[in-house]
Order: sequence, then C-alpha cells, then structure tokens
Amino acid sequence: MSQTDVTGAPRRGKVLTLDTMNPNIKQVEYAVRGAIVQRAVKIEKELREGAKKPFTEVIKANIGDAHAMGQKPITFLRQVLAMCAYPELLKDDAFPKDAKQRAQRILEACGGHSIGAYSASQGIECIRQDVSRFIEKRDGGIPSNPDNIFLSTGASDAIVTLLKLMVSGEGRTRTGVMISIPQYPLYSAAIADLGAVQVSYYLDEDKCWSLDVAELRRALRAAREHCHPRVLCIINPGNPTGQVQSRQCIEDVIRFAKEEGLFLMADEVYQDNVYAEGCKFHSFKKVLFEMGPEYSSTVELASFHSTSKCYMGECGFRGGYMEIVNMDPAVKAQLVKLVSVRLCPPVPGQALLDLVVNPPQPDEPSYSSFMKERTAVLDALAKKARMTEQIFNKVPGITCNPVQGAMYTFPRITLPPKAIDKAKEEGQVPDMFYCMRLLEEEGICLVPGSGFGQREGTFHFRMTILPPAEKLEIVLHKISAFHQRFTKEFS
Amino acid sequence: MSGLSATRCGLPKESVAENGAPPRGKVLTIDTMNPTVKMVEYAVRGPIVQRAVELEKELSEGRKKPFQEVIKANIGDAHAMGQQPITFFRQVLALCSYPELLNDSTFPEDAKSRARRILQSCGGNSMGSYSASQGIDSVRQDVARYVQQRDGGVYCDPDNIYLTTGASDGIVTMLKLLVCGEGASRTGVMISIPQYPLYSAALAELGAVQINYYLNEEACWSMDIGELQRALDEARGHCNPRALCIINPGNPTGQVQNRKCIEDVIRFAAKERLFLMADEVYQDNVYADGCEFHSFKKVLFEMGPEYSNTVELASFHSTSKCYMGECGFRGGYMEIINMDDEVKAQLTKLVSVRLCPPVPGQALMGLVVNPPQPGEPSHENFMKERTATLSALADKARLTEEVLNTVPGISCNPVQGAMYSFPRISIPEKAVKEAAGQGQQPDMFYCMRLLEETGICLVPGSGFGQKDGTYHFRMTILPPADKLKILLSKVKEFHQRFTKQYS
Repeated sequence: MSQTDVTGAPRRGKVLTLDTMNPNIKQVEYAVRGAIVQRAVKIEKELREGAKKPFTEVIKANIGDAHAMGQKPITFLRQVLAMCAYPELLKDDAFPKDAKQRAQRILEACGGHSIGAYSASQGIECIRQDVSRFIEKRDGGIPSNPDNIFLSTGASDAIVTLLKLMVSGEGRTRTGVMISIPQYPLYSAAIADLGAVQVSYYLDEDKCWSLDVAELRRALRAAREHCHPRVLCIINPGNPTGQVQSRQCIEDVIRFAKEEGLFLMADEVYQDNVYAEGCKFHSFKKVLFEMGPEYSSTVELASFHSTSKCYMGECGFRGGYMEIVNMDPAVKAQLVKLVSVRLCPPVPGQALLDLVVNPPQPDEPSYSSFMKERTAVLDALAKKARMTEQIFNKVPGITCNPVQGAMYTFPRITLPPKAIDKAKEEGQVPDMFYCMRLLEEEGICLVPGSGFGQREGTFHFRMTILPPAEKLEIVLHKISAFHQRFTKEFS
Repeated sequence: MSGLSATRCGLPKESVAENGAPPRGKVLTIDTMNPTVKMVEYAVRGPIVQRAVELEKELSEGRKKPFQEVIKANIGDAHAMGQQPITFFRQVLALCSYPELLNDSTFPEDAKSRARRILQSCGGNSMGSYSASQGIDSVRQDVARYVQQRDGGVYCDPDNIYLTTGASDGIVTMLKLLVCGEGASRTGVMISIPQYPLYSAALAELGAVQINYYLNEEACWSMDIGELQRALDEARGHCNPRALCIINPGNPTGQVQNRKCIEDVIRFAAKERLFLMADEVYQDNVYADGCEFHSFKKVLFEMGPEYSNTVELASFHSTSKCYMGECGFRGGYMEIINMDDEVKAQLTKLVSVRLCPPVPGQALMGLVVNPPQPGEPSHENFMKERTATLSALADKARLTEEVLNTVPGISCNPVQGAMYSFPRISIPEKAVKEAAGQGQQPDMFYCMRLLEETGICLVPGSGFGQKDGTYHFRMTILPPADKLKILLSKVKEFHQRFTKQYS
C-alpha cells in the first residue's frame, strides 16, 4: 500500500496494521485459549444477562486450571504466603510454627525482608538451594547444583527463554525444534513466534501414545533436508495425551539425543500426576545420570517444573523453575544476562515454589494435614482419570486411551463424513465444528484435537479431568449423549 | 545429512564431523546460539552488579574490606533499601492468599471488602486460578476508572487495558508487535539517550533498529522536537521508523516533561506517523516545584479529535515504583489507544500464549488504582504512609542534587521526579587512558573503583547512553535519608580522591 495519497500527503491509515506488524506473530496460535474459548466466554456473558440456553452454566474443561474447577489450595502453602505478604501475622497464634518458620526464612532472603523487593534474576538463592535439595532427594541422591537452577514465571517462561536461546541460522540452517504430535501448543506458538522450524514426531496412539525412537529418527532425517534440528522436546507426563514414559523409553530418547547431537528439553510439570498401575515418573535428569558419565557429562538437558499442576494447582502464582545440565558456560552466562533484563520472576511465585520443594516433614505440626490434603487431591484425580476412560470407552465412536497421568483426556472421535463435509462448508476444521456444536448445545467447552496436532484424518478433543467427580460424571454422560446425537444427525 | 559434506549442507564446516556424525562439542554454543541475544546488554544488572554481589559474598565470609556493607544504589528497588510496604495493600493480599483471615477481626472492613471483590473475580474464588489473559475483568475496570479519574474524566475503555507482568512485559510485547521488515525497511524505534536499558535490550533481542534522540542535559534533560526531527530524518536512510518511546518522568534522568513538550511530541508523532509508547511508571514520583505529571493520554485527548482519534498510543504503568515500590509482585498494565482492531486481536492472541500475568500482581494493581477513600477505615493511615514515602523521596531528591553539586567535577541536574540522579562527572584524561588500557569504559572504570573502595554500587552512564565524551553515573535516591547522606559524602570524597590521583 502506498504511503501517500493522490495529493502526495501521507496516508491517513494506521501506523500499526496487519501488514506492518510482526509477521511471526500472525502465525502464532494457542488453541487452549483460542476461538472456542472466546465463544464460551461470550456465552457466559449471555447467560449472566439472562439469555435462555439449553444449559445453566458453561463448563470450562478446556484448560488445566484446577482451582477454577473447585480444587482447594493446600492450606499450609497459603498460610505461609499470607505471612510473607503481611508479616504482622507472624505474631498470630493461629498459624503453626512450621509455617512461620518457613515464612521467616523466605522473608530473610528478600531485600529489606519484603516480598516486594526484586530478587536476584536467577531467583532467590535459598529457594534455588531448596529446589536443588528437592531434586537430589527425588532423584535418589544425584547431585543438583543450585547454580544450575533458574526460577521462572511459570514453566512457560523458562521454556520460551530456552527456545529463544537456541534459535539461530537462516533457511536451511535455521534451528529445528522437535516436538510431539500431539503437543501442548505453547511449543508450536513459541516456535512460530521465534521463526524456528517445528519438527513434528508422532506419538503412537495405538500404543497408548508412547514415544518411538524410530519415529524420532524418521522425523529428524526428514527435517535435516530443510533445517538444522538442534533440540528435542519431550513432555512427560504428556500433555494432552497423559502418557507416562517408561524408563526404557527415556533411556532410548537420551541415547538418541546424544547420537544425533540434540539439546533435550524435558517438560515435567505433571511429575506428581501419575495414576495408572505400573506407571512411574522417572525424571530425565535421574535417568541421564544413571546411564553413566558417557551420557551424564555430555548430554545437554533442561528440565522444567511448575507450581501450576501436580497437587498444588497454583496456576495464578506463575511459579516455576528449570534445571540446566551440561550447558556451555559461555552460553550460561548469556542466559543469566538474558533473564536479568526482565529483572526477576514474581516473588510470591518463588515463595510458593519454595514450599512445594520444602513441604512439611513428618515431624512437623502441619505434616498430617498437608499429607491428607495432598493425597485427597491426587486420589481424586486418579479416580477421575479412570472414570473418564471407562465412560468414554462405552461410547461407539469414542476411543479413549488410559489417562496414565497429567490432567487431560485426549480421546479419538469418529466423525461421520457428512459432518466433515458440513464443517468444510462452514470453513471449520471438523473437530472444531464438533466442539463448537457441543459448546452451543451443552455449554461444555473442550479444545479440538486440531489445536494440539493429530494424524491426518483423525479427530480428537482434549478435556480436563478437573471438575469435581459428580460434575465430571455428568459432563462425561452429556458428551457421550451429544456424540451419539451428533453421529445420528450426520449419518 | 549423511553422505553430504558440511559445506553442501550449508553448515559451518566445524560443526559437522567428516563422516556426517554430529560433532563432539556441545549442541548449544556461543556460535550456535541466538545471535541477537548476544547483542543484549542490561547494565542495571550487569558486570558491576555481579562484582558487587561477589563483594557481598566475600564480606559475609569475613573478608576485610574498606567498608562494612555493599550499598546497592544501582537498582530502583525501594523495599530493598528499607522502604516499608503500604499496610493496606499487604493486608488485602494476605486476605486474598488465605481467605480464612476474612474471619479475623483485626483486619479492617475496607480491606476485607476489596479482598472479597478480588476473590469473587477469580476462578473458584482462588488467586491460584489462571485469570483471563488480558487480566481479571474487575481489576481492568478499576484501572479504567482510575485512568479516567486521573485524566479529568477522559473516557477509558476497560477493553483497552491489558494487565502485564510488570511494565517491562507490556513494553516488550508492544515492541515485538511493531517489529517487521528487513534491511532498510526494518522497524526503527526512537528512544532517548540516556534511556532505561530495557529498551535497548529489547530492541537488540528483536533485531529492531534503535534510533537515538538526545535529551538536552543543559536544559535539565528536556526533549527537543528539533532533535527528534534530526534523529528521525537520519534514521529514515537505513530503517523504517515506526515507534517513538518516551519515559516520563524520565529514567535515568528524572526530568518531568512539561505539558507543552508533550503536546509537541504528540504533534510530531502524528505528523511523522509514529506509534507512541509512553512509559509512565514514575507518574506519582514528581518532586520539583512547578513540575506536574501530565499523562500522554490526557494531553492527547485534550488536543481534540484530529489527534485523539488518530494517534496510536500505548501507555505503561507498574506497581514497582511510585509510593508502592512493590517490584517483586511484577504488577503492571498498559492502555492501548487507537490500535487497529485486527492488530488488537493479534495482541490478545499473543498474550494468551503465556496464559496470564501473576494474579497477586494483578490484585495489587487493583488496590493501587482503588485505594482507601476518605470515609473508609484505612484511609487515614494509608494517606499517612503514602505521603511519608513520597515526601521522603522528595527530600532525598533535593538532598542528592545539593550535595552532588558541591563537588567540583560533578554536575547534577535537579531530580525533578522518578528515583534516580544522573549526574555528569568529569574524568581526568589520565583516568580515561587507564580505563582504555584496561578495556573499560571510563565511567565503568570509575564506578568499579568506587565499588571496590567504598562498597557503593552505581551504574555507569555508558549503560544508559550519553553524548560522546561525557560521563555519568546513575544512583538511586532510595536509601534512608541518613544512609543516603553518608553515601553522598563518600561519593564526594571518592570523586575528589580519584580526581587527585589522576591529575
């Protein structure tokens, strides 16, 4: 478009338009909060304004937000946070000693003893030490250096920072990033934003979404024709699929990363959310070190954790960390410099993370209450995972893999050809068409599988297992009924 | 890739072994990492601060130094320097964190009612829920009301408010949105010299072109349209200038732009078709007689529809400065004016990827814009605390200017606002040469010596930008008054010693 009009005067149009904005941003999509959620929010508004609908509330089963679905915060964590916010409360007898002691420790580590001070950019030092201790304990004694811990604004922040660090080259030498299909769309969004190349590897739906190194190899070889793959991202336990990788698989992936010269990124934010019999969480760090120095002193790894999931569900606090293993020291210095520009992660989130890695111990006053709450949350999730799989698998046309871990189900849905045609007519991807109809008819908001990636010609949706059990049961039955109705309508 | 030689792959030779196998070295090295990240510098937490932290460690290990503590006057962190949080805000945040406390009679009713309002706006009535990506609805409404009240009734649409993770987040997001083009058509962004180095860092990282316009040190760091024009005209030769960033009150310079200047800048932006970015995080930190904060939004609208309907503006605010000093909460917002609807949709999409800003920071921002009103139980105490903090800062601003101006070789403009002084220092030729010999900027050399001799950590002017051949440092005015006095006298003594040593 010309910058001047017929008289030669500058155009009246805007400075910042679709044509003049950052082109990468236009490529970014994030389905978890995309079009269907915007429609859900509108419907909620209409309901509030008294509009009549076939339902009385919208159920937002699109996002892994436990508290929004009624899960309660852990009492101990919130007691400490309240005292950190308002230290006058340290004098209050109603608060247990162990909570006070932790609040005091955190405050002493803050500038001016206030959580309002900026912290060091890498995060409060004593918290990073606590994180290291936690990791060592979790990983059977394998050392963790606090200097390799970077606290972050949720895990998302650290994931994006690391991806940013990796992106270089142009055209055929542009950094390629391997990520699963299906994936949590932060990865595809960040890759698009950074102008990196997404290298997709398919998880095996027929084998409970397991990861297959042969498939990794296939994807990598194909990618090498057009980009320079540098990093391999794994989400374990998986999102949206919930699969918990076996130890053997993790070893194979590490071996593959070493052979092929790939930086490993292990997204482990659901590490406490493991439900299925025979499944266990193995951290990439632990497996790496148990494979001996040939691997543990060479493979470059970043592992990510968060306060948003597990039993805490404290999404709003934006707490998280990454542990860096075998990073080049000069690059690490660059990373330290990069995070300094944003000053520091939110201190309340850092404090919360400290409590997560340093919870009440057996000899402390809050221990039994803490364990009770923690166990209740994780048990409830396990039950809901099983119930979800059972109910969905009864529906002709819905196939649901076991929800081994995390917080979601990602069932495959069969859509009749007429529905697919109708979707095309309306300019919609078929599973979006399906989910939009479900939303309008039942007020249930899910995310279509197309938002996460899936094999061509297959359709899925992602639903959280977070609503309270009785509500979840109702939701599952409504979806089952909808599916049968929908199938009939388009047969 | 196997079978192809490295050069045929387009890879640097040394990164692939002869047989096509991956190299023995690391995957992520200085050579393979993001090149723009290497260009990023952020002096406020740069090498001098790293050295200061080392010294602190040595002190804590019992090493003997010419000083007993390191004073971190490098960063605008009020609480770290002893400023107290506002009681009311922390009460509400405690209530929000642990709603059991709503049953506690020691908390005042106005604090409880705000906590309830915030919690009711949160999913599951918990601060632990993600909020809407643009921020909690009721907080955005409160922000809009605040902006409207502040600006004498000029309408503010809550839908144009985006809560952010500190102002830095909003600023970087907007700059990211603005960057496009290549080579001569690459986005250019105008920023002051001196500037707060978030801007230069973000521009380097984004690979945008930084366009420097000099503030006038002789005229108290004021902006001059002639200088903006010069910078812009020159820049048009090699980039596509799209945005003009102003920090008002200024950082590091503290100048408070007068109303006429703001009008002139708006007129300039309109004429030259520039997106205006107004960083107003220090809006309550105005000390000098005759100075007043005028928001860009207000002035824009008072200039009439020819401007207010067309000029694209983003204004930024934060919970980190003013009288709150709540840096650690990472609270902030931006207000978007006249943004293209489709671009706004892209912005909304972009912020959704990071889910939401920290909810405690959002809650805090909600309180900053909706503080206790006259008639409410906490009002008197709140006003007392707020006034005490702002008066103390005003006193320290004056003290700083006075003391530094008594030093031959130091020349300090009035600290009209914000939290810093940015005095000009004369560095003797011999010192300049010695600095060059050590591969250091002269003012970094000076500041490093100051740090080693007195434990006082400042940031050299080179970290912010300055006219060639001039030297400065940025020092915060945040330490408590008695400590600040000592600090200033030590800086004075050092300067005299240093000047003598190199004369």
